[in-house]
Order: sequence, then C-alpha cells, then structure tokens
Amino acid sequence: MSTPMVSMRGVDKRFGDLHVLRSIDLDVAPQEVVVVIGPSGSGKSTLCRTINRLEPIDAGEIRVDGRPLPEEGAELAQLRADVGMVFQSFNLFGHLSVLDNVMLAPLKVRRVAKATARTEAMALLERVGIADKADRFPAQLSGGQQQRAAIARSLAMHPKLMLFDEPTSALDPEMVSEVLEVMVGLARDGMTMVVVTHEMGFARRAADRVVFMDDGQIVEEAPPAEFFDATRSERARSFLSNVLAH
Amino acid sequence: MTAVIENLDPLLRALGTTVLILVVSAIGSLVLGVLITVARVSPIPVLRGAAFAYVQVFVNIPLLALLLLAVFALPDAGLLMPLTTTVIVVLTVYEAAYVAEAVRSGINTVAAGQVEAARAMGLRLSQTLRHVVVPQAVRAVVQPLGNVMIALLMNTALAATVGVVELTSAVNKVNLVAAQPIPIFTAAGLTYMALALAIGLAAGRIEKKVAIHR
Ligand SMILES: Nc1ncnc2c1ncn2[C@@H]1O[C@H](COP(=O)(O)OP(=O)(O)OP(=O)(O)O)[C@@H](O)[C@H]1O
Ligand SMILES: [Mg+2]
Repeated sequence: MSTPMVSMRGVDKRFGDLHVLRSIDLDVAPQEVVVVIGPSGSGKSTLCRTINRLEPIDAGEIRVDGRPLPEEGAELAQLRADVGMVFQSFNLFGHLSVLDNVMLAPLKVRRVAKATARTEAMALLERVGIADKADRFPAQLSGGQQQRAAIARSLAMHPKLMLFDEPTSALDPEMVSEVLEVMVGLARDGMTMVVVTHEMGFARRAADRVVFMDDGQIVEEAPPAEFFDATRSERARSFLSNVLAH
Repeated sequence: MTAVIENLDPLLRALGTTVLILVVSAIGSLVLGVLITVARVSPIPVLRGAAFAYVQVFVNIPLLALLLLAVFALPDAGLLMPLTTTVIVVLTVYEAAYVAEAVRSGINTVAAGQVEAARAMGLRLSQTLRHVVVPQAVRAVVQPLGNVMIALLMNTALAATVGVVELTSAVNKVNLVAAQPIPIFTAAGLTYMALALAIGLAAGRIEKKVAIHR
C-alpha cells in the first residue's frame, strides 16, 4: 500500500478544559475523498484544521504525505502551500480582484512568473465557471461565486490535498449546487479531499468513505452506501434521522 | 482687530512655531506609533508586552503632567535641550500611543479569516502582513489617524504652559497689552480651525485615494 496522504495517530486536542479531539486515528489514501459528518461541536472543524496545523495538537502525530507536521516556520509554510483549504466564510482577500486573489500565492510563495500565473489563474477561473468575474472584487460576487473563486485560489497552488470546512454552509440554498458541482468534478479528477459537510447528497455521490464524529471521537467510518443504508452505531443513526427529518 | 494687525509679525512667528511643533511631532508619532503596532502584533511575547505597556502608560497619563515632568525633570537628569524640542519629544512620545491604538484597530478590521487563509496558502507572517493586512488596514486607518493629528494640533497649545511662544501663548501676550480679548482669541480660534480643517481635508483625500473597490 502507498503512503497515506494524511495519517493521524492518537491525536488529542483540548481547548482549556474542553477535550475536542480524543485519540483520533485516521488515514486518508491518495486520491481518496473522505467526508466528515457529525453533530455541531463534535470537533469536525478542529480535526480539519489540525491537518495543516492551523490548530496545533496536544498529543499524537499527524503526517502529511509521509512527513510529520513541522513546527510553525518556513517548513510549515512550505507544507501548507501543498495543502489547499476552503473555508465556510470564503475568506477572499477583500482588496484584491478575483484574479489577483488567485495569483497571490503562486506569485509570492511559488515565485511563478507573472504571465504564467495569470494564464493559469484564468484557466482555473474558467474551470470553476467564473472567468467573466476575474476583474471583480469579492464583495461584488454572490456567495456561490466567491466560494468558487476561493476553490480556484486553492487549486492555483497545485495542492496534493484539499481540506473543505463546510464549504456550502454559508450559502443560500440555490447556490449550494454550483459549488458542490465543482467539488464533485475535483473528486472525479482524483484530488485527495477531506470534506466536512452536512450535504449528504455530496457524500453519497463523491465520497469514498464517510467518517462520523461525535464528542471528539470517530464513532463510525464506512463507504457511503454502507454508512447511510446500514448504519451500525446508535449515535450515527440518531444523527442521521435528525438530519433527514429536516 | 487692530491689535492683531499691529502684532502680525510676532503672531505669525508664533504660528510658525505651532506649525513646526505640529509637523515634527506628527511625523515622529506616526513613525513611532507604527513601530509600536508592529511590536504589538509580532510573535515575540516580550515585544508585544512592551508595546502594550507603552500604550497603557501614555494613554493613562495627562499630557500636561507628562510635559511638566519632562520640562522640569529632564534637565535635573542632565538632559538639556531647547524647550521647543522638549515639547516636540513629549508630544511625539504621547501621541504615538494614540497612533498605535488607531493602527491596531485598523488591523483588526481585516477579518481574521483572511489572515488564516493567507497562512493556509503558505504565506509567511511577514508576507501576510505585507500583502493582505497592511493594504486593507491602511484604508480603515486614515480617518482615525486624521483625528489623532487634529488632537495633536490642539495639544500643541499646551506648550504655552511651559513657556514656549506658540500661537496660544502669543495671543495671550498680545491680549495682556491690548485688552481686546474677543477679536484676538477669535482670530486664534479661527486659525486653529483652519489648520484642523486642512488636516481633515488631507485625510479625506488620502482616504479616497486608497478607497477599497466595492
Ligand atoms: N478556538 C477555540 N477556543 C475554544 N474552544 C473552541 C475553539 N474552537 C472550537 N472550540 C470548541 O471546540 C468544540 C469543537 O469545535 P468544532 O468547531 O471543531 O466543532 P464542529 O464539529 O466543527 O461544529 P460545527 O458543526 O458547529 O461547525 C466546540 O465545543 C467549540 O465550541
Ligand atoms: Mg465546524
């Protein structure tokens, strides 16, 4: 078996007295799409954010593509450049056009030539369907368009892994599918993805594996068909019935 | 009005002193204030603590007390300098704390999420500051800084209390002789207003120039 893209072993994380991650073990294989679901406060975002060390951990070990996460510094920055992250709140840079948002990290981190960065950025904006918005500023875009721009911005770094933390939760319902379509496309093209989401439809369509978290622990993991149709744990069953009741 | 016209020469010279104190302390406090802010957001705890203490100390001391302390205590400690210089140093050190506060609040308007996104993309802290935080903070900070500079202008009048002949002190002297308080102090008041207006207009123009596109 090849090296896992992400490997978490005995990961523990506390916020003060709050034990948010409890000895998490999780491997994500190259090209695998793992969807993380679970009730609010179960630690999904924290799990996602420990993988690029936006949250440092208290115990255990995390490896990305075989390398243990380095301490804060140049080496960590280098690793982060290879790991894309898409946030619930888009977090586009407000003073830059969409095109400049996409070009910033390739220019400053990878030191790509400007013309190359520009051509690539335009191609990516084309791919996520907002090439016509390249010169707009984030505040002039709809939520769905902003999130697609944010995905293009991540892709511009040619990441070997992408993390999504509830990428559609801040969107109006009619814009959810345009973002999910882009994500399904990425999954098809073989991107390794860890996706925290409440979109069960996306999990069924694109996930190789669903991970269910509750109270800082991984309670159950299975391929989507098995997870949704033959749920083993009581906690996952009650979570799913609550979600589906909506 | 005659008293003002008759004493135009010394009054203009005093206005010159006011403007000199204003301009030099403005530049000094802007530079020092930005340095303090950099220390305040730096990853080095000692620097952060020192910058925080600096701001707390100077925001909580009356300027007049500070000025008197400097004028009487510095020569005692063997530091002799012209009175006007002492005033400029005190104003610089004092207003820098307010500049630092204004700049910090500007930085806080840049959403933490953007900083996180920048770091998640592999930008170093210095690159994040330079390419993401500063360009946006500048826009939020122009108007508050203009207000700090207007406060600085008003505070230059305190120089009169330690014997510097700036505008307030000069009109006071003219009035002691001429006893025409209404025209004399009105003229001085209008002059301060004109200077404040100039600062406000400059801030407005700068703000427009760096305005964010929406
Ligand atoms: N920076 C922080 N400081 C203190 N507590 C935190 C911090 N971040 C998260 N928490 C707490 O840790 C717990 C797990 O948070 P986390 O955001 O990982 O949950 P989640 O599963 O993503 O929830 P949601 O579905 O609401 O996004 C929550 O109780 C949360 O309040
Ligand atoms: Mg969350």
